[in-house]
Amino acid sequence: MIPLSHYLIVSALIFAIGTAGVFLRRNLITILLSIEIMLNAVNLTFVAFARQSGSLDGQIIVLFVMAVAAAEAAVGLAIVIGLYRHRESLNPDAFASLKW
Amino acid sequence: MPETLIFYVLSGLAIGASALVIGQPNPMYSVMMLIASFGALAGMYIQLDAPFIAVAQIIIYAGAIMVLFLFVVMLLNAAQEDAAEWDRSHPLRQPAIARFGGLLALLLVVQLAWALLRAGGLGGPVAGQVDAGVVSSVRELGRVLFTDYVFAFEATSILILVAMVGAVVLARREEGPTSSSKEGSGP
Repeated sequence: MIPLSHYLIVSALIFAIGTAGVFLRRNLITILLSIEIMLNAVNLTFVAFARQSGSLDGQIIVLFVMAVAAAEAAVGLAIVIGLYRHRESLNPDAFASLKW
Repeated sequence: MPETLIFYVLSGLAIGASALVIGQPNPMYSVMMLIASFGALAGMYIQLDAPFIAVAQIIIYAGAIMVLFLFVVMLLNAAQEDAAEWDRSHPLRQPAIARFGGLLALLLVVQLAWALLRAGGLGGPVAGQVDAGVVSSVRELGRVLFTDYVFAFEATSILILVAMVGAVVLARREEGPTSSSKEGSGP
């Protein structure tokens, strides 16, 4: 049988990859994708703990995380489209000024 | 044991695809790799006796959210945009602040590994203590969702409504100064 800690290690690695993506990549779309990676790593932890403890609460929270991720993707992509109209760029460094 | 083998194949696939999302320049391929990663995670959810979550993962994440991303990538024609950017900001030639960010991510790995090693009671098998039927029942999941968590469920519906209105407002094309003065701006 697979130990719980293996699931947690996989989840930690995926979460760290998402964090590295947010820090290292200079593309707004890839940064949003990295945030999705981090949300999914957390989902894996929730489901693994739900399986181990025999409680459904973890799976319920995963459903809510999915709903929040959908809302976040919709609003985030709308902001990206709005920014791209102004600057014709997806580099977050291009949006350094607060007002233009 | 095939079960263990499947777990390691799926986890390797999930980690490798996630690494490829941030490891290559074209956002189009990043989205594809993320779909592969979500598929592997859905397989792991099935192994964890959470079939409903696995199906929702495929339908909502890989089906809906990633198609939204793909649509925006195509709309903004981001593939060419990022190719030039990638040459300028290759990970090996990045400014110090980005290297600092990579260091922070590495530190996060070390810290999580350290915490996992120190935490007790995590070494036991994940499926050993509870019967699979307890957590794999979709019926029970729906019952809990609409009784114990009904307030959070309704709040989520309001959140999605607000996000929908916000996305429409944000992505709306702004009128030029002449047309806005003609029509009168503001409510």
